[in-house]
Amino acid sequence: MEQHSHITLPKGSIEKTTTTLNIGPTHPATHGVFQNIMEVDGERVVSTEQTVGYIHRAFEKLAERRPLYQITPITDRLNYCSSPINNMGWHITCERFLKIDLPKRVDYLRVIIMELSRISDHLICNSIVGVDTGAYTGFLYVMQYRELIYEIYEEVCGSRLTTNIGRIGGFERNFTNTAFTKLEKFLNEYPGVLREFEKLFTRNRIFMERTQGTGGISAARAMNYGFTGPNLRAAGVDYDVRVQQPYSSYQDFDFKVPVGTTGDNYDRFLVRNAEMWESISIIKQAYQKIQEFKGADAEIYHADVPEYYLPKKEDVYTKMEALIWHFKIIMGEIDLPKGQIYSAVEGGNGELGFYLISDGGRTPFRLHFRRPCFIYYQAFEELIKGGMLSDAVVTLSSLNLIAGELDA
Amino acid sequence: MALTNTYIQEKLVEKFNDQVFQFSTDSGILSFESAAENNLKVLQFLYEESSLGFTFLTDLCGVNYPDNKDTELVVVYHLHNFIENIRIRFSIAVPVAKPDVFTATKLFESANWMERETYDFFGINFIGHPNLKRILNVDEMDYFPLRKEFPLEDQTRIDKDDEMFGRG
Repeated sequence: MEQHSHITLPKGSIEKTTTTLNIGPTHPATHGVFQNIMEVDGERVVSTEQTVGYIHRAFEKLAERRPLYQITPITDRLNYCSSPINNMGWHITCERFLKIDLPKRVDYLRVIIMELSRISDHLICNSIVGVDTGAYTGFLYVMQYRELIYEIYEEVCGSRLTTNIGRIGGFERNFTNTAFTKLEKFLNEYPGVLREFEKLFTRNRIFMERTQGTGGISAARAMNYGFTGPNLRAAGVDYDVRVQQPYSSYQDFDFKVPVGTTGDNYDRFLVRNAEMWESISIIKQAYQKIQEFKGADAEIYHADVPEYYLPKKEDVYTKMEALIWHFKIIMGEIDLPKGQIYSAVEGGNGELGFYLISDGGRTPFRLHFRRPCFIYYQAFEELIKGGMLSDAVVTLSSLNLIAGELDA
Repeated sequence: MALTNTYIQEKLVEKFNDQVFQFSTDSGILSFESAAENNLKVLQFLYEESSLGFTFLTDLCGVNYPDNKDTELVVVYHLHNFIENIRIRFSIAVPVAKPDVFTATKLFESANWMERETYDFFGINFIGHPNLKRILNVDEMDYFPLRKEFPLEDQTRIDKDDEMFGRG
């Protein structure tokens, strides 16, 4: 001992009976940048401390120097598994704040895009839960259909992951026929795939034994921890922003809000699967409603708001007024009204809220993102305490944590 | 009985008299303020009073108004009653020289990280918080970046004239 006297060990590190295990920031068992400093006793988790912030990009500060339309690309990078929902959530916040009414057709087109991204978000999450319990097949299988969803985004907005889809007041262009053809293909093929995906997991004994009774939380604790979205519904609280505070004409659709009972990993999995079925049904209803628009109504894809929606390019070249608006919008020279608004949408993993304060300037005075997974990740320790380390990995993925959203 | 903004306001005024003030309704959400030292009393009343039942803390964040003397820093709570489906916004203001606020972690577990985030970005000191340290920024940081005194871009840059862009 004498020759090592220059080494100072943390107090209590010789006597303690648990092992400190550092998982992450990057680790094959976590999907994203998550660090956990765990105390483990054998394979049991005694405690954990989550470290977040590895990909913090100061979005809230950035937003204070950007006109509204330039904030949309920032929202892409929150929950990047369902960027379109974030984009739409931001547009809806702006439209509520600026009191812009949208034509019904735009609402329905948005509903299609949002529900597609809900499906892509849930199918990633659920198939990753499968991967973490040792079943890779389901993941590879549904990936093909995420690809198809991304092709539909591509057809509508030109990009796939960070979509920047839509504008304040509507969409940047009308949906092409190819987009609708691809949507039809998806609606025809995906139910069969989802059914097979469920067949692989739902009554699979290994999967059930791995997920049932692990990572559970009661409804009261879940609410106290600020859970929202599928995680809260799995605990038995039927709170869904789409029903409670409908936006984008969700009140016109007929859908159920699936709930679980125990809030464990298995219930979360079931709730997400059930939500995918509901999303398919919503998309079908929306597509049907869109087909009912005829003639000029079928060409509407944005509201008439020259102050915020860019004019057609050919008008910019030929008409004075269009040129002025184009310049003013691009340069961010439009003063916002004073006031504040909190507006929320049902994101892929919970209530995604935007708290916007404007002091009458050209950019938000303050913009705060209510990121659902930042709030419910706090409960991770309570969820995994006393359980096996390998269950903690499953719990981590079944919470649907997205590092981009966690760190904003 | 459906819960209305008027009823909430009456209940609050009945309980706290002039300790709660600045009632307004912004896009359907009732907002009000109270003195910083009363924040827990108000939150607890909203939580425990059976006819109000604001048991869900949706959001907690800070705002910096550098021009408001002695109320530079503001903490905003968004609360939600799931059963009646009604939201309210409650805010308190503290001076930047002494930004002390009581923590809401005893009432809401969810306040833990949100308060850490608010501390991290605005330097608001939440008294009684179990683990008040930086969360998104590095521990070594010695300033609070979302305060307005920290400009996003270096204002002294001369190679870039932003005057034309309305953001000078």
